[in-house]
Amino acid sequence: MSSALGSTASPQRRRLAAGVAAVAGAALLLSACGGSSSGTGSSSSSGGNVKLVWWHNANQNPGLAFYKKIADEYHAQHPNVTIEQVPLQSEQMKAKLQVAMQSPNPPDLIHQWGGGWMADQVKAGKLMDMTADAKDRAAELAGNTGWQLDGKVYGLNFTLGVVGFWYRKDLFAQAGITSTPTTLEEFLTDTGKLKAKGIDPIAVGAKDKWPTAFWYDYFVVRECSKETLTGAVKSPKFDDPCWTKAATDFQKVIDAKPFSKGFLGTSAQQGAGSSAGLVANGKAAMELMGQWNPSVMQTLTPDQKPLSADKLGWFGFPTVAGGTGTQDGGMGGGDGYSCSYKAPKECVDFLKFFTSADVQSRYAKEVGQLPANKGASAAVTDPNLKSVLDVRDKASFVQLYLDVAFGQDVGNALNDAVSLQLAGTKKAEDVVSAIQKAAASK
Amino acid sequence: MSSVERATERRVGERSGNRPLPPVRSGRLSRKHVEIVVLLAPALLLYIVFVLWPVVQSAHYSVYKWNGLEPLTHFVGLDNYREALNDQVFRDAVGHNIFFIAASLIFQLPLGLGLALMLNRKMVGRSALRLIVFAPYVLSEVTTGVAWLLMLNPDSFIDTVFRDLGMGGLVQGWISDPEFVRYTLFVVITWKYIGFAVLLFLAGLQGIPTELIEAARIDGANGVQLTRRIMIPLLGPTIRIWIFLSVIGSLQLFDLIWVMTLGGPAGASSTMVTYLYERGFTRTQFGYGSAASVILFVCSFVFALLYQRFVLRRDTEGAITRRVG
Repeated sequence: MSSALGSTASPQRRRLAAGVAAVAGAALLLSACGGSSSGTGSSSSSGGNVKLVWWHNANQNPGLAFYKKIADEYHAQHPNVTIEQVPLQSEQMKAKLQVAMQSPNPPDLIHQWGGGWMADQVKAGKLMDMTADAKDRAAELAGNTGWQLDGKVYGLNFTLGVVGFWYRKDLFAQAGITSTPTTLEEFLTDTGKLKAKGIDPIAVGAKDKWPTAFWYDYFVVRECSKETLTGAVKSPKFDDPCWTKAATDFQKVIDAKPFSKGFLGTSAQQGAGSSAGLVANGKAAMELMGQWNPSVMQTLTPDQKPLSADKLGWFGFPTVAGGTGTQDGGMGGGDGYSCSYKAPKECVDFLKFFTSADVQSRYAKEVGQLPANKGASAAVTDPNLKSVLDVRDKASFVQLYLDVAFGQDVGNALNDAVSLQLAGTKKAEDVVSAIQKAAASK
Repeated sequence: MSSVERATERRVGERSGNRPLPPVRSGRLSRKHVEIVVLLAPALLLYIVFVLWPVVQSAHYSVYKWNGLEPLTHFVGLDNYREALNDQVFRDAVGHNIFFIAASLIFQLPLGLGLALMLNRKMVGRSALRLIVFAPYVLSEVTTGVAWLLMLNPDSFIDTVFRDLGMGGLVQGWISDPEFVRYTLFVVITWKYIGFAVLLFLAGLQGIPTELIEAARIDGANGVQLTRRIMIPLLGPTIRIWIFLSVIGSLQLFDLIWVMTLGGPAGASSTMVTYLYERGFTRTQFGYGSAASVILFVCSFVFALLYQRFVLRRDTEGAITRRVG
């Protein structure tokens, strides 16, 4: 559907919601993945001529052009390696990958969100262990632990960001808010001020569910200790009271009714009526969203121009008084690539090239996204992205989006449960038991 | 949309299957056989590879716990079925399907009939009106969904129209209110599919012999009597076919809903297919999703069989199989 609305997809937009792709996918499931996909990958022994098939979601400019340029450069340096790119829309790619990874010829280089999603692929033996060749590069990449399992590297991430509030400076000023809130209490006071001026304080793409889960995820980081979180990701257990405490915190926000009109039907990124569109067009004052949001917002305004720095600002998620988690911790994620188990070893070499400080600096400049390689941080010039980078690099730890960390099954059960809480059909204390139930049956 | 076509196809297939082959000499028989094989093979092959085989595979997957990546090793028997039938979310989805079936029959049937009878009359601009009524049916469900979505967003076209007409009080959270969303979707579905009903009924009306109508007129029947006693009864076979297609279509409802609401908010517009898609592709429970799809298949299949056996039989017998005159 995003394509139907003519919006663009940058590499960061890992979760463009689903219309068209889903329809195609449903046909697949209805017919239960009958035929296996054909001719996706190609691998040959190293040394001779090698072709790498690369599935990525940089299907729109400027990402698309940048990817082509980098692949051409690599080919010029290594004439025996040709790279065949298959740019796909995110959701479509997700559905297609599920099938392609079962085929005897999977693509060599695949998009990788990390976390539990990746762990499932590792357990099924579908990914290459690139620890020996790539561990030095992995150490240069912020948050690469999300692309590791039991100390082994299965993917290199090219971007990493944290979720935070993208807000309208002009609307905040109208409501007489002079500095951005740092605690939950201040935050709720500010939403009250905005409401008093007749401004919808918060847009949320509740239709897509994952934006709602961002709220819960962040409260979990504030309430649960790092150890509890790492433990739960390893073997999903939710008996610590902090999980319910996080839902209760979110309930405080819900009870203040700060969300824009019809938020339960609002999508995240599609059209001017989406949550990103509402903020972009000044119909709502802020949105809790990932670092890709400015590029999404840009496509949803009438003039398709980026919002100027005097209109759009960014601040981190507020702290929670009495919270027993990490008050300066971040919650976010990124994108990377993995090599499939059948890929030639040139795959890893190309990935190292792609995530080198040099290519990453150009990525930051030309595509305007947050590079994962710390050596490329200086190339980020946009003031808002710089604040994101600042929080990311100063955070005592960055928790991967919980839905990605827990994997598709438990992760989406979490998104569902939190969405039901937002809709008022599930009580805060029942959210955790729903997640627990999904984890138990896995 | 394709579901309706598929259902049509299925019916046509069954009809021709019932037709007894005329007795012929063996020489011609073999040639006839060759013709049948050559002409039928491509379609049959596609049907087997893309319809029958996947159905069998679905049934196979449905007795496993499977995330789509690992080998099929975790056999769980009928657990997936038991879990689905006991899952309140799935039951709700079935309930929503039943809502759409019932609403279609109660509202679309009279509306479609009324429009067809109206458009069957000689009047100025008849072709243009027919075109307008039929046009939405040609749109894809995704296009329809996106277009309506843009109009239904808060404070956009629909809300503005209501307010300008002084009916601002009637404005709802069209797609964001869990209590209201199904009605909104039903209106969109009706907008899209009523053209198909009208088309069928118009075709049916063409088949009513003019002598009958003339005879009734001579006997002094007025318009209402003509419609009630002659036209609607003779439209019976067409109406019964439409009911069949409508029920199957409502059971398989997906595209439009997925585009407009993703089955939300809070699952208020989920259907069996959005449920199985979500469990299969979003949560990667491919075994469980397959089980849900088999349940849907059984529902559709049983309905189709019973309906053919008890409702459509006399239509098809009279018209096709026996060729009574």
